[in-house]
Parts: sequence; C-alpha cells; structure tokens
Amino acid sequence: MKNNVKTKIREPFSDRLFYGFVIFLMILVLIITLYPFIYVLSMSLSDPVSVMKQEIWLYPKGFSLQSYKRVLSEPGIWRAYGNTIFYTVFGTLINVVMTVMLAYPLSRKHFWGRKAVTMFVTVTMFFSGGMIPAFLLVKNLGMYNTRWALIIPGAIGVYNMIIARTYFSGISESMYESASIDGANDITILTRIILPVSKAILAVLTLFYAIAHWNTYFNALLYTPNLKLQPLQMYLVKLLIQNESSMLDGMTDTLERSMYAMQIKYATIIVVIVPILCVYPFLQKHFAQGVMIGAVKE
Amino acid sequence: MRGRFSDVLLDKDVIRLFSQSALKEELSLAKLSNPRRLTLKKALFYIHRDRYLWLLVLPCIAYFVIFAYIPMGGVILAFKNYIPTKGIWGSSWVGFKYFQDFFASPYFGRLLRNTVLLSVFNILWSFPVPVIFALFLNEVKNGPFKKIVQTVSYMPYFISVVVLAGMVVNFLSPYGGIANKLIGLFGMESINFLAEPKYFRTIYIASGIWQGFGYSSIIYLSTISSIDPQLYEAAKIDGARRFQRMAHITFPGILPTVVIMLILSFGNIMSVGFEKINLLYSPATYETADVISTYVYRRGILDAQYSFGTAVSLFNSVINFGLILLVNKISRRVSDISLW
Repeated sequence: MKNNVKTKIREPFSDRLFYGFVIFLMILVLIITLYPFIYVLSMSLSDPVSVMKQEIWLYPKGFSLQSYKRVLSEPGIWRAYGNTIFYTVFGTLINVVMTVMLAYPLSRKHFWGRKAVTMFVTVTMFFSGGMIPAFLLVKNLGMYNTRWALIIPGAIGVYNMIIARTYFSGISESMYESASIDGANDITILTRIILPVSKAILAVLTLFYAIAHWNTYFNALLYTPNLKLQPLQMYLVKLLIQNESSMLDGMTDTLERSMYAMQIKYATIIVVIVPILCVYPFLQKHFAQGVMIGAVKE
Repeated sequence: MRGRFSDVLLDKDVIRLFSQSALKEELSLAKLSNPRRLTLKKALFYIHRDRYLWLLVLPCIAYFVIFAYIPMGGVILAFKNYIPTKGIWGSSWVGFKYFQDFFASPYFGRLLRNTVLLSVFNILWSFPVPVIFALFLNEVKNGPFKKIVQTVSYMPYFISVVVLAGMVVNFLSPYGGIANKLIGLFGMESINFLAEPKYFRTIYIASGIWQGFGYSSIIYLSTISSIDPQLYEAAKIDGARRFQRMAHITFPGILPTVVIMLILSFGNIMSVGFEKINLLYSPATYETADVISTYVYRRGILDAQYSFGTAVSLFNSVINFGLILLVNKISRRVSDISLW
C-alpha cells in the first residue's frame, strides 16, 4: 500500500462496486452497534421537555443534567456502586492470585501430578451440580447473605486458568533453568522471573475477572438478598426492569411521567457503563489477545 | 547453591541441568529399573522435589473440592426428599419420584420445546453473523477504519446482561419506547412487545446478536490472518475479482473453524442462557420464554422445592452431556478436533 501511487493499476469496476458495498456494510455495522449507546446518552442529556415531547432520535435536544442530579442524589445507587467496587477489587485480586497459583504449576512440564491435577480441574468445566446444590452449599457454609458469597464461589475460572497456563508454558525453559541453577525455588522463580515477564497475561486475567465482577447479577440474586450488600447490577434490575426505586415514586401513571422516569433510567445506565467504556479502549488490545491465547489448543 | 550436597544430588531438576546427556541416561535408567511403576518412595520423592509447586496447587484443589465436587455430589438431592432440618444424609430416599413428577407435569413438554427451539433458532440466526462480518471486515483495506469497526463491534460484549435487558425493556416499552415511536410514525398501534409470546424469541435472539457478534468474530478474524498471502497473490494474477477471492480463498480458509464452532454450539443446546431470559420474561410470555433453567430457579429456589428443582436440573445436565459426547464424536470424525 505504501508506494501504490503510480504502480497500482486501477481496479476494475466490479471490484470497486464490491468494495463500496463492503464499506457500506461496515458503516451499517458501526451504526447498529453504536446507535443504542448514543440514543441512551442523548436521552439522558436532553432537556426533559424535549424528552416528554418524544423529540429525540439521535442527538440531544437542549441540555440538562437534571436526571443525573436526581440519580446521583439517590443514596441507594452510591451504596450499590461502593459494593460493586469492593467486589470488583477484592474479588479480582483473589481471582488473579488463585488462578496464577494453579496455572503456574500446571504449566511446568516436569511438575509431578500435572496431568492428574489438570484432569481434576477440567472435569469441572463439563460437570457441575447446578444451581440448587451450589445454593445449598453457600447456605451451609454460612456465606449466605455475606459478601463472601460473591467473592469465594467462582474464585478460579477454569477457562481463564487455561489461558494463563498456555501463556506460562510459552515462556522459555531456559529461564527456569538458569534461575534454578542460581538456587531459586519454584515460588521465587514465579514471583521474581515469571510474573515480571507475564504482565500481558496478568492484564488479560484482571480484565476478564474485573468485567465479570462488575457485571455480575445472578450470584447476587441467589446469594445476597440483603439490600446493603447488593451490587450495582441488582440495583439496576430493580430500577430498569422491575420499576422499583424510590427515584421513580409515582412516576408511571401518565406518558409524560413515564418519559421522565425513562430519562432517569437512561441516565443510570450511563452512570453504570461509563467506567467500563472509559477503560475499554485501553484494555481492548489485551482482550483480543487473551481470546486468541485461549483459542490456541495444545 | 543449596546448603547440603545431598540435597543437590537428590534434586533431579538440577542434575538434568548439568548436562543434556545425563538427563537421557537418567531417564532410560528410570525406565529400566521401574517401568511405569509408581512406588510410594518415588511418589514421595517427586512430591518433595515439587513441594513448592504443590504448596501453590493445594489451596486450589481444596477450592475445587468444595465448590465444584461437593455440589456435584449434591445432585443426590434429586433422589431424596430433602428436608433442610434433617440435612442431605438424614432425608429419606425417594428414588425417581421427582423425575416422574416432572415428566408427568403439564409443563414438561413446553419447557423442553422452549429450551430446544430457543437454542436452535438462536444458532440458526446468530451463528452466521460473525462469520459474514469477519469475511467482509477482512476486505476493508483502510487500516484505521478496520480497527475502529472491529473495536466498536465488540464493545457491546462488555456491558452487562442487566444493562442489555434494561435497554431492551425501555426501547420496546409501549410508553414512549423508541420502537413504538418508530412504528407510530407509520400509523400503527403501539405494541407491548415483551408481553406477547410471539415476539420473545426474536427479541432474545436479536439482542444476543447485537451483543455477541463482534466477540464471536475474533476467532474467525484470527484464522483469516493465518491464511497464506501467496494464495491471494496467485489468485490476483489469475484475474480473480475481490469477491471471488473472498468466496474461494478466505471462506474455504476459515471453513474448518466454522464447522468446529457450529458443531460445538450444537453441544450447548440445552444450556440456554438463564440470566437474560430471567430478566426479559414474565408470566405473560412463559408460553415461549420459560425454559428448563428458569423453571428450576422458580420452583427450586423461589419455591424452595430443592429436590424437585435438582431433579429437573439433573435431567437437563444429563441430556446436555449426552449432546456434548455426541457432538464431540461427530467433530472428531469430521475434523480430527475434539474436546478430549
């Protein structure tokens, strides 16, 4: 493509037509993917009068932060936000540490017991007791309605562990050898040699687990009926789908009021997804990389 | 180095490092002396050698025992009349009673039909989209534009199912949702989409495509990037048009991957996503929307009929596992690729 100014022969008409179609299709994909986000943003930022008149199709009409004010002045959402941040930070920390603790030994070719442990772990990808035994287990362990219920079950994702193991086993054997000649034990090798050269995979693991924690709703639905412990997604379920929130008190009887309620809902959606959309551009490179490492079979 | 000389001698890793030939010798010796036999002494020796690795692994094994294997054993609930105060062991056996109850219930047919149909329609509609998207995206020659489209395409994958369902509910709302505003422009009456069973599958599948097509296309795009560029050059010289190159080089190039992904997706027919359905359905749409997993949740957790719920869930898992076995067998026949 670099020096094609003079040398390239003009493409035939059919090719240019096809290329035009390709570009058209891709623009269509862009529009379809982005439109819901833009619409939600525009609705949340518009003047409530325009929202009630149902004038918004794409860009905001007028400008008002009133709905955001209302959302942010609600104590419930702050508590839910705080809970989600707590679960995301501590949960991800435990996830990443545990995953590395398992993936690293399983990546060592000479680890005695490697095959048996791998088998033991991968079996759990195909068999599970299902929802009810897991629920009863959490209850019997005394974790029901505690923060632990959202952190400890699911501490290791087998798929993520396999990604990490594949990455570690790609690290040159000579690094282990030189370290162990110098008298390093296996844990020292991990912390001093392997982890410093594995920042990419640590980023991938952190990304996968953190997104999962941020978005989790099912475990909260099952294990934490206590409002004070519930994460953001449970708060959203009540607001967006069940229409239960003190923000919406007496707001769905007329069309005008329901439009205003809708604006508040859209503002809440933006408040919830903004952190993800902010870090997303920086992390998406790692994300695609992680998916590809995971797809490589041994 | 190590403190004591004997430690060094014991450590096979270190011996191995000193010379490659020493390793071979040692291996052959080990084979000669004890072919495939594992003595306790040997095991202890290996565990001692890998003691630090075992130190890392043991907490993880404990985790899997508690949170994966104990619940697996918990499926015996399905064969017992579980009473929480008596515990699993104290409750009496009832054999296949709950399975019979489920098969005889009026919901059995509907649940099975809904689960299978929702999955099959979902595969039929959702599966081709990322393949087509990857094929066409690959044709884009403008680097930055291609990058933008790809990055944007997997953005929806990162938003939660709750936000997705929330958007769906509000876009389709009969009170000022954009979908009804749009059909209002054509003079049509507004429709309460989520209260009508006939729209449920469409809503479920369309929102799934929107959220997942970009993510699913990653595997195809990476397969495309491994196709030998010489093929394209040769085709160009032979006068193949852009579309022909796509249809006769790129598509056959990703076809094996496509086949595998398709086969694998049929292995998941019974494990239809619970979360989104639970958020989008209502008693008004149970007729098409209620699937086995949502039924398990309602009966098993909400109504606290633990044994019955476990039985239904176990039935689902058994069929699902049978499907995975079948699909894996087909996959091995077709393509030499299998899960195990």
